Amino acid sequence: MYELLWLVPALPCAGFLILALFGDRLPRRAAPFIGAGSVGFSALVSFLIAYRFFTAPPEGEHFSQVLWTWMNVEGFTCQFSLYLDALSLVMCLVVTGVGFLIHVYSAEYMIDDESYAKFFAYMNLFVAAMLMLVLGENMVLLYLGWEGVGLCSFLLIGFWYKNPANGRAAMKAFLTTRIGDTFMAIGLFLLFVQLGTLDIQEMMQRASQQWAVGSGVAVAAALLILGGAVGKSGQLPLQVWLPDAMAGPTPVSALIHAATMVTAGVYLIARTHVIFELAPSAQFLVAVVGAATLLLAGFAALAQRDIKRVLAYSTISQIGYMFLAMGVGAYAAGIFHLVTHAFFKALLFMASGAVIVALHHEQDMFKMGGLRKKLPVVFWTFLIGSMSLASLPIISSGFYSKDLILWSAFASEKGSKALWFAGFAGAFVTGIYTFRMVIMTFFGEEKTHVHVKPGWVMCLPLVILAICSTFGGLMEIPSSIYHFPLFTHFMESALPAAPIPHEGLEHAELMLQVIAVIAVLCGLSIAVVAFGVKPQIARAVVATPFGAKMRDLLFAGWGFDWLYDKILIQPFLRTARFNKDDFVDLIWNGIAALSRGVHSLLSETETGHVRWYAATLSVGALLALAIVVLL
Amino acid sequence: MMLICIVLIPLLAGVIAWAIGRQNPGAARWVCLLACAIDLVILLTLWNNQAAMAAFAAGGPWLMQVNVPWVPALGISFHLALDGLSLLMLILSAFLGIVSVGCSWTEIKERVGFFHFNLMWVLAGIMGVFLAMDLFLFYCFWELMLVPMYFLIVIWGHENRIYAAVKFFIFTQFSGLLMLLAILALYFLHGHATGTYTFDYDLLLGTKLGSGAAKWIMLGFFAAFAVKLPAFPVHNWLPDAHTEAPTAGSVILAGLLLKTGAYGLMRFVVPLFPQAAIDFTPVAMTLAVIGIIYGAVLSFAQTDLKRLVAYSSVSHMGFVLLGVFAWNRIALQGAVMQMICHGLGTGALFMMVGAIQERIHTRNIEKMGGFWEVAPRMGAIAMFFAMASLGLPGIGNFIAEFLVLLGSYQANATMTSIASLGLVLGSIYSLWIVQRVFHGARENQAKLPDFARREIALFASLIIALVGLGFFPQPIFKTADPALSKLQQLAVAGQGAVQVSEAKHSGGNS
Repeated sequence: MYELLWLVPALPCAGFLILALFGDRLPRRAAPFIGAGSVGFSALVSFLIAYRFFTAPPEGEHFSQVLWTWMNVEGFTCQFSLYLDALSLVMCLVVTGVGFLIHVYSAEYMIDDESYAKFFAYMNLFVAAMLMLVLGENMVLLYLGWEGVGLCSFLLIGFWYKNPANGRAAMKAFLTTRIGDTFMAIGLFLLFVQLGTLDIQEMMQRASQQWAVGSGVAVAAALLILGGAVGKSGQLPLQVWLPDAMAGPTPVSALIHAATMVTAGVYLIARTHVIFELAPSAQFLVAVVGAATLLLAGFAALAQRDIKRVLAYSTISQIGYMFLAMGVGAYAAGIFHLVTHAFFKALLFMASGAVIVALHHEQDMFKMGGLRKKLPVVFWTFLIGSMSLASLPIISSGFYSKDLILWSAFASEKGSKALWFAGFAGAFVTGIYTFRMVIMTFFGEEKTHVHVKPGWVMCLPLVILAICSTFGGLMEIPSSIYHFPLFTHFMESALPAAPIPHEGLEHAELMLQVIAVIAVLCGLSIAVVAFGVKPQIARAVVATPFGAKMRDLLFAGWGFDWLYDKILIQPFLRTARFNKDDFVDLIWNGIAALSRGVHSLLSETETGHVRWYAATLSVGALLALAIVVLL
Repeated sequence: MMLICIVLIPLLAGVIAWAIGRQNPGAARWVCLLACAIDLVILLTLWNNQAAMAAFAAGGPWLMQVNVPWVPALGISFHLALDGLSLLMLILSAFLGIVSVGCSWTEIKERVGFFHFNLMWVLAGIMGVFLAMDLFLFYCFWELMLVPMYFLIVIWGHENRIYAAVKFFIFTQFSGLLMLLAILALYFLHGHATGTYTFDYDLLLGTKLGSGAAKWIMLGFFAAFAVKLPAFPVHNWLPDAHTEAPTAGSVILAGLLLKTGAYGLMRFVVPLFPQAAIDFTPVAMTLAVIGIIYGAVLSFAQTDLKRLVAYSSVSHMGFVLLGVFAWNRIALQGAVMQMICHGLGTGALFMMVGAIQERIHTRNIEKMGGFWEVAPRMGAIAMFFAMASLGLPGIGNFIAEFLVLLGSYQANATMTSIASLGLVLGSIYSLWIVQRVFHGARENQAKLPDFARREIALFASLIIALVGLGFFPQPIFKTADPALSKLQQLAVAGQGAVQVSEAKHSGGNS
């Protein structure tokens, strides 16, 4: 069974090749079957492998498959090989499972698009690249997937290329993440020079043997990797690209900018956690970045008008939680949130996509409202997703995963009260913006007429994901309710358990849960009151000068775009324009001009007057004579 | 004998093409295409000869060589020799020869015979450069490349062709002169010391030179190769020459002519003057890093699409310079790979620009936009080569840049980290091409037919080659390895006690 592992990335890759090469010659309706089919089969293989992994785990709980030797030069060898352990298995299941549902949904969502086959080609390429990212045994292969998903993200954000704004958003996404990627690449060079290998497991082993905890090189390596992670995962300070990435079609936002690619940074940190363990200061920075991001993005989500931008900021915020978990050493908790987040955020995006299509590509929530009755399936599934996002207790998967993170942030030896409080405050804000979105979209009076209702091809994935979002959290139930740590237990073969002392905190756990639940419910109530029951309250707040300023600041995502424009983009553009004609050329043209000048100067002496020639002749002779005499 | 044939075939094909071109231009094209194809087949057969390759890998002096006295009185011989490195470069030459004949098929309509004569003679000169192991012969081939290239630009070039051609000529001729002086100095110093006056590469290796003499002679060679490469700040001939040359000229310039500079650095500068080269390393690496960044920034600023691609070459070839002077196996393999992949990728971008110019009669990107809508195949192909240019993994260029940086990091971590900035800047101009030309709203209403079968075939062969190299680069490494190993050993031997690699390692390995 495990030998079939190569099929997991190979199938979507084959789908891509077929669609890219023959897409315009195949009948139009073949495209979704090839596109979704290849991912579906890939998911099937993944699930079969997962079943095998549960029932008869491979030796050492990991399996590696060498496909061929990629590079072998003296001093550096790199295999094209796949590595399967609990972590990559979970990632595979998410990528292929959720990916398949999104492909099915796209079959209807994109049906009128002129580049139907091209869309599925890009999506398949993305899935293949993402699978290489999570299955790559060495950092180079991971980097291959890493850049590959970046390319697909670029292609799909700019999918509707005729609007230059979409192209700009695509470029912004690619370049911002590329900055992070470059840090990561330098990190790879450093790791290779220090450890002599780029095979991840071997690297981790050597690092733990050779480096002392807190050593400079470990911190440097961890920080460089973190650079890559924050770029890809839209964390501070490189989060600016993600809200603009919403220019892509909604299934793209669901697949790439919510469920899978943006969580690659979390995966990367989990994969290289040994290095972060060796660099406590860098790991603390991970937690701080996560905490700061989840708060800033959560607040920014409060002021957005575009439903997809709300979801985008909420994605940034939720990934902040995952970073927080990584930072306090609760790797399994972070991955758990990654999984539940993939369920409910993909669901929310696809449901919002159904709304957007129904309202004829209207994304402004201020022009929505009252869709509860018109789009019942969409409403209920959206509500379930929202409950999970806001982590309403017991009945939502987000509750279990977020709760585990909050608890780890509090109780872990690497955690602190401040980190917990950031997460707690974030949960409160999440409650507000989530239900603001629900209320503005589905309640109140109808503002835009519903054009089309989604068919079953779009609804089925919504329903399946709604079920996952409701019950997916039961993989891991906290001990305060009923001790059932299935997920973290399963992950233990790949990721160490969070450093949480076992005694003396039993009561604290339940108490903290209750406090968090109260906060979420408060947030929810505030949203219901301020945006549903008495909308004049919200209007009054933004009518005050301070409120208006705050709203504008939050709407602009805290003004990072403005700042980067001033300190990076404009100076670069100015430099480029200033030196467009290459000042070095002046030197060479200067030499040419000089010789031309001397030439014309000497030409002047050619007058044709014998007098002048005779005079210069004698002066020259005198000079020569003088030189001979004097020297 | 085979080696002489390889050079002779394009020379003859050029003469035939000139002779029959006036009556039958089509036949001239076919003759040249056939000549390059025959060369390619010969070379691939050689490459496939496992026994010879294994013997060379085991430590044979050359894969194949001819050495006949030419002017014995002066120690000049007709010495051609082949190793893995030259073989790869020759295969690239023959392949790009086919491509450049193919891409001139409809573009060149005037004096077709003479055009192909020049094309074939440049090609023969380049192949000679990759094969010559006698410095005098090397210099002859070096000059042979120059003159036909000058004609290609000056006759079939665009608006500002005379300025560009003269600039190209002066830059290369002047730096070539410095190399000639260096060659003669080496010749005399060697003859004076040993009593045998010879231009033979094998014999000149390991010449004992005073450090001052070694430095100046090395600089003479370096000047010629740096101009060809081109390295900052002697790159200025390149944007003009590239921009004004006809498409085939640009393909040959970018794909092959620049590679002769890199090849010269590897073959001559470091092995002949190891100590001087080591002393020069900080300067060379600095120039490389400046080139990478400076070229990339300038590339983005251009509005002439061809100039944009030309400046990107400055940036890409900076990686080669960096890799050569890092002088460890990883970086050298990367540099060889970069030579091949840059040849294919940038050649393709020039063909793309040529195709656009042929259709809409402008190279100004401000007059382009939204081409994807009418020419989706062109758009997809441009996207691929933009990705190749920014070094996307899965394409050969990534392997090249990655290995260069990985190797250079061992030699000098700081320089390499700065050079890595090129990865970001490279993405800017590469994406800008796609964004500005193919995305957005349709601005230019000129008719823009999509690629037809001939063009698709040319681009597809380049794409297959680059993707193949991206996933299966091992054959290249295996071929180049014995040659690089020998060059490294020569450098170590010539340098005496100090180990090259170790001396490099102590540089920035902290």
